[in-house]
Amino acid sequence: MSELIHRTAAELATALAEGRASSVEITKAHLDRIEAVDGDVHAFLHVNAEVSLAAAAASDKRRAAGDPLHALDGVPVAIKDVLVTTDMPSTAGSRILEGWMSPYDATPVTKLREAGLVPLGKTNMDEFAMGSSTEHSAYGPTRNPWDLDRIPGGSGGGSAAAVAAFEAPLALGSDTGGSIRQPAHVTGTVGIKPTYGGVSRYGAIALASSLDQIGPVTRNVLDAALLHDVIAGHDRHDSTSLKHEWPSMAEAVRKADVKGLRIGVVSQLDGEGFQPGVLARFHEAIALLEANGAEIVELSLPSLEHAVAAYYLILPAEASSNLAKFDSVRFGLRVAPAGGGTVEQVMSATREAGFGAEVKRRIILGTYALSAGYYDAYYGSAQKVRTLVQRDFAAGFDQVDVIASPTAPTTAWKLGEQLDDPLEMWRGDLATIPANLAGIPGISLPAGLADEDGLPVGIQFLAPAREDARLYNVGGALEQLLVDKWGHTLLSKAPALKGGQR
Amino acid sequence: MSDISEESVRHLAGLARIALTDAEVTALTAELSQIVDVVAQVTSAVDADTPATSHPIPLTNVYREDVVTDDVLTPEQALASAPEHDGSRFKVSAILGEEQ
Repeated sequence: MSELIHRTAAELATALAEGRASSVEITKAHLDRIEAVDGDVHAFLHVNAEVSLAAAAASDKRRAAGDPLHALDGVPVAIKDVLVTTDMPSTAGSRILEGWMSPYDATPVTKLREAGLVPLGKTNMDEFAMGSSTEHSAYGPTRNPWDLDRIPGGSGGGSAAAVAAFEAPLALGSDTGGSIRQPAHVTGTVGIKPTYGGVSRYGAIALASSLDQIGPVTRNVLDAALLHDVIAGHDRHDSTSLKHEWPSMAEAVRKADVKGLRIGVVSQLDGEGFQPGVLARFHEAIALLEANGAEIVELSLPSLEHAVAAYYLILPAEASSNLAKFDSVRFGLRVAPAGGGTVEQVMSATREAGFGAEVKRRIILGTYALSAGYYDAYYGSAQKVRTLVQRDFAAGFDQVDVIASPTAPTTAWKLGEQLDDPLEMWRGDLATIPANLAGIPGISLPAGLADEDGLPVGIQFLAPAREDARLYNVGGALEQLLVDKWGHTLLSKAPALKGGQR
Repeated sequence: MSDISEESVRHLAGLARIALTDAEVTALTAELSQIVDVVAQVTSAVDADTPATSHPIPLTNVYREDVVTDDVLTPEQALASAPEHDGSRFKVSAILGEEQ
């Protein structure tokens, strides 16, 4: 196996710039890795070596002509299947879109192509990003590279597992309630949910439009920053896109320093309900930051106790509306009942056949929450909780620069363990959901391994809206402190994958 | 306690255009009752004076010039993935039932 797969994206960029490796070599190395291990991991739903190698060859040609598009020109990247692509199918993990080819590229994909990055394939996900384990993918679950019997998180388990298994140095994810950060937590990788509106959602198959955000999935904080710098920025195709001049996130990592940084620790996201090993690594990381000059402040954000309940009204409500477009008319599956039927019957038969159990559950719940007589009590109250969450964060950020918590209450659970208890799985999102409700950015990065099970634990930082650079500062600094303390990266302790040919 | 019955799940499934099986209706009735009992806590967490937030970072008046740009789909592209079309339009099944 080529050593190239173990390099960071930043190192690959340097190797390309110095002529020590070509994009074709790097891309081939990752395609070989996918071929060798993805039968076990199942991070990818679609890989097309021909398309990827053609993009790599074009990159090498540009570089030979002295005309690379960007520092990352020629570096491969995996793309969550929620983002539409013209040269690979886009299914969002659903049968209803099996084999569907988009006539246009999602804006983050366009930006990758414009910077010369090489798309490696589409990664697995819970159907329409509804889930925390990828077990709700219509195409079978992804497995956690740390333990193939365990979940890789979700909904973006494919992207996280792809980078954790060295199948890709970079990946894109989407985060509606933690779908980038929770997979990072359980796979020992890095994931960032940018500020709402910071990255265009044009061409991201919508789950809940007031919550969705696209972001980077990587093995280290600098790579995430480099990718973030490529995909951020205003897009006229997305009416929620912010017109904001973003500072370089990569610069924030390179200048990372926590001296004098005020870090809030949230009492509602500490203690009860969290696995001891998760809390132990969290508090050690906070102590390490304090020892290096950060100031730790206790915070209480009482509205967070209602955040999960509000989220599971707002998300299903918006999803039930967004998924109405899968109507068997313009694209996707069409299933006609025996003997034909009206368009309404065809629609109903198509959606019965094309949607999985979790999607149906949430659509029906959302339809209920929006129906006459319940709208004010449920959807209306949930939106008011959202105001309380925003106010709590605003008050918190009056006292601190960033807020810290464990990313999720537990380490990776066994595949199948929570499938029969949706409420239990939903509660696992309690630390990540508040950022989506408030529209603020969040990062998860590795904090160590839990003593009970030896599985990865992540730490989450949150910052005020538009202050994404603060996450890269504190994340970059903590990552360096931990790697210095351990003498290695966390992922270097992941067990080697044996076999598992695709 | 929520008021979700099998009948109400069938009604919601009709509104959502999903032809649920009897087994799915039974399972969803039980699940939704549990879920609604939990999420209903939001009703007691807020009062009438709290304003609602629909978008976390609200933007207003996001307009563009009313001109056709060069990045719109051609009819061929728009129809390429349709289950059925006649070359310029999507084809759908009968929109009226016999009783209508």
